[in-house]
Amino acid sequence: MEHHTIGLTLKVWRQKNNKAKGQFETFNVKNISTEMSFLEMFDVLNEQLVAENKEPVAFDHDCREGICGACSMYINGRAHGPWHNTTTCQLHMREYKDGDTIVVEPWRANSFPVLKDLIVDRSSFDRIIQAGGYISVNTGNAVDANSLPIEKHRADESFAAAACIGCGACVAACPNASAMLFVSAKVSHLALLPQGDPERKIRSVNMIEQMDKEGFGSCTNIGACEAECPKGISLENIARLNREYLGAVFSGDSQNA
Amino acid sequence: MILNSKIPAGQLQSKWEDYKSTCKLVNPANKRQIEVIVIGTGLAGASAAASLGEMGYKVKAFCFQDSPRRAHSIAAQGGINAAKNYQNDGDSTYRLFYDTIKGGDYRSRESNVYRLAAVSASIIDQCVAQGVPFAREYGGLLSNRSFGGTQVQRTFYAAGQTGQQLLIGAYQALERQIALGNVEMYARHEMLELVKVEGKARGIIARNLITGELERHFGHSVLLCSGGYGNVFYLSTNAMGSNVTAAWKAHKKGAFFGNPCFTQIHPTCIPVTGDHQSKLTLMSESLRNDGRIWVPKKQGDNRKASEILEEERDYYLERRYPAFGNLVPRDVASRAAKERCDAGYGVGTSKMAVYLDFASAIMRYGKVEAHKRGLAHGDDKAVYQLGKDVVKEKYGNLFEMYEKITGENPYEIPMRIYPAVHYTMGGLWVDYELMTTVPGLYALGEANFSDHGANRLGASALMQGLADGYFVIPYTLGNNLADDIRTKAMPTDHPAFAEAEKEVSDRLTRLMSIKGSESVESFHKRLGKIMWDKCGMARNAKGLQEAVTEIQALKKEFWSNVRIPGEISEFNPELDKAGRVADFIELGELMCLDALQRNESCGGHFREEYQTEDGEALRQDDQYMFVAAWEYKGDSRFEMHKEVLDYEVVHPSQRSYK
Ligand SMILES: Cc1cc2nc3c(=O)[nH]c(=O)nc-3n(C[C@H](O)[C@H](O)[C@H](O)COP(=O)(O)OP(=O)(O)OC[C@H]3O[C@@H](n4cnc5c(N)ncnc54)[C@H](O)[C@@H]3O)c2cc1C
Ligand code: SF4
Ligand code: FES
Repeated sequence: MEHHTIGLTLKVWRQKNNKAKGQFETFNVKNISTEMSFLEMFDVLNEQLVAENKEPVAFDHDCREGICGACSMYINGRAHGPWHNTTTCQLHMREYKDGDTIVVEPWRANSFPVLKDLIVDRSSFDRIIQAGGYISVNTGNAVDANSLPIEKHRADESFAAAACIGCGACVAACPNASAMLFVSAKVSHLALLPQGDPERKIRSVNMIEQMDKEGFGSCTNIGACEAECPKGISLENIARLNREYLGAVFSGDSQNA
Repeated sequence: MILNSKIPAGQLQSKWEDYKSTCKLVNPANKRQIEVIVIGTGLAGASAAASLGEMGYKVKAFCFQDSPRRAHSIAAQGGINAAKNYQNDGDSTYRLFYDTIKGGDYRSRESNVYRLAAVSASIIDQCVAQGVPFAREYGGLLSNRSFGGTQVQRTFYAAGQTGQQLLIGAYQALERQIALGNVEMYARHEMLELVKVEGKARGIIARNLITGELERHFGHSVLLCSGGYGNVFYLSTNAMGSNVTAAWKAHKKGAFFGNPCFTQIHPTCIPVTGDHQSKLTLMSESLRNDGRIWVPKKQGDNRKASEILEEERDYYLERRYPAFGNLVPRDVASRAAKERCDAGYGVGTSKMAVYLDFASAIMRYGKVEAHKRGLAHGDDKAVYQLGKDVVKEKYGNLFEMYEKITGENPYEIPMRIYPAVHYTMGGLWVDYELMTTVPGLYALGEANFSDHGANRLGASALMQGLADGYFVIPYTLGNNLADDIRTKAMPTDHPAFAEAEKEVSDRLTRLMSIKGSESVESFHKRLGKIMWDKCGMARNAKGLQEAVTEIQALKKEFWSNVRIPGEISEFNPELDKAGRVADFIELGELMCLDALQRNESCGGHFREEYQTEDGEALRQDDQYMFVAAWEYKGDSRFEMHKEVLDYEVVHPSQRSYK
């Protein structure tokens, strides 16, 4: 690929801790190679800040391969930035032109409080999984894997839902800060498999209940979540979750939850 | 000290069964009184913590990420091996065992490897029961593919996201135990010291990464499932946070380090583009099922790939290794790529890359699909499209990732790849029970040295991590804890905890007070360069000696000139990183010493002085058929102990993939 270097203005959210009031700070970075990833551009900024004896910008990241779900920047008004189906760490600088200004914020949602700069607390997602996002099977109880054939397209559909990386972009993108796409991805992953069948009803009810308890907003079918989800999790999952949930509530089986 | 590997007596095939039937057990009432600390929530840690929680132990699990689901295992792509023989292609427990021993170039312990192969099938059963959506065939049964170093199809996979799906399975099991109150989870916590009481591991000091506070945690036993240390090279395929700190602290407290120099360089990674590079991205080995590796036959050929005719291409792996072709083990494939590039045949702007080409696979699949649809004489374009769809289904996410990073479309232009640091076979020395040389301290997963010898076969790390966590530790831990049931949980105001905490806080204070002028990142890069140049894909005595001196100098400089902004008692990622880099520097020195003492080539350890005429690794079995287990003796002082490897069943021979 052809590449060159560019200079940028960055407006980045700075916040010392979860009690402090935050504000934007403006920086200029030069010599950004268009081959860099967005986070490598932040590495350059941070090296610059260390050299000036200032505190680097804190941000979550780990795999830098689009799979761990740690990175989480709200870039020019879009969760994970402009590229479709792409996490922040996989966004590359060839997207930008010399002289561009980029505004970078953390995920904004009451259920994701800011811990520092661009880092938020997403432990609410873990608690939603604790409420039922699993199949109750202890180690050592399993039967031979091939004793349970599963239709390929069902398995594929389940896999597509299981591809969710728990990043929270869906919440950040949603005007209501709803976590429905995340919850529906997990419910679909498990409900589409015969192994997940026995706990199907309890699962959807308990997970939704926990989601509400965590203070996530309700879903009004806007679709911003699907548009910004880096893993292409489809809105159909929300429809399925609604069916699962209503089915469970009306059958009354959720009582033993 | 004589290392006791505690290998059970008896036939290789029955050792583990015998062990399980005779090991001591802890009764349910006692389990509730016993506390176990698990460091790490990757495949090894999450599976161990969940299983132990299910069994009734009181478990505390730690990870430094914001959620246990983000452990580095999540990034594993290609697959997981198991001797299921679902393809009816001649696989068996023995064959998986044999392939692993041979792939490891005869530097692993037979008994452990056999156990690994024997439990592998149960892992797949367990994962499917948890809802792991492995790839399936149209008949609804599980699908398999091949990985390097084998001639059977025993790799189970979920597109290019196998690690993610397996980890999510283990994570969900873990979250269930958290919900039930059997496991307490400490995310964004980093273990910074091991606490020993009367010689036994009894707890840890952890730092709450959000507040900076130090915490004391008691455990009857401590399990380190903290992953590998490939990031000692700065650039590797590991996640940015992967580090050696937990293992290194344990090492300094008496746990021997096994074969530290055994590093795996993976042949197919996206090449380095410049100094800004923060990590390297793997292109899964599964791609070698279908991708063909080549370079131009002419040196310094600057034409585009598409302009180089078939007969002008050198498919050098197929040429050199006809029996295994593109599926030779990683160490062999990596060295062959380096050889071609060093000899001037490399491609791309840097000339440090080779092609991985899918054109013929696309056409081959296309023809099969066309045939299925009765389009046997379909035009090339239609066949190409059909084939492309098949390749997309198999590897789509990897192709997308490649395109995002390089801006090139690998369906049209062959991928450019080059070897990169990927995995560390070395790690804390453990016995058959996965216990380190510190009683009560265990190491699981990539953190231990155990099963892969001098080279790991693809798709075997996931297998090992889950074997250790789901199927081995539940037995071996009980066998030892059965003698500990009278030990009451210790209050953490015990002097041993106070002392360990003080060590940690002194060290942090010292780091913060250096106030030098060079960033942590810069020191890490410099260390990485020394390691890659002198302890990387090819090593020699002179280079290694120089590296030791350079690393010692770097250590001095680090401790007098590192600059860490921010405060000690707050969220401070730079401080976290500084502690890790400080440990990497010490480890780097030990790796070079280990590489220097091993005067042979084996697996991923290639000493230039020891090679055959055609450039293959030349082992010295009469002198080096042992595990080097290093004891820490104080600053830059290490003593080597040997665990001699007895091959009772397999007969080591010169490894050949021709
Ligand atoms: C890109 C890539 C692809 C791979 N693909 C495959 C594949 O297809 N098949 C295969 O078999 N293998 C593959 N591997 C190898 C495999 O993924 C790893 O070896 C394996 O996942 C390691 O698992 P683990 O549980 O031992 O450690 P990890 O998953 O690395 O987990 C380490 C855990 O320890 C925690 N931790 C570490 N230090 C501390 C500390 N001081 N305090 C608290 N917590 C700590 C971390 O937070 C984390 O939770 C791949 C590796 C890479 C890099
Ligand atoms: S549904 Fe998509 S956006 Fe939401 S957490 Fe999962 S991967 Fe992220
Ligand atoms: S850093 Fe892992 S998904 Fe971006």
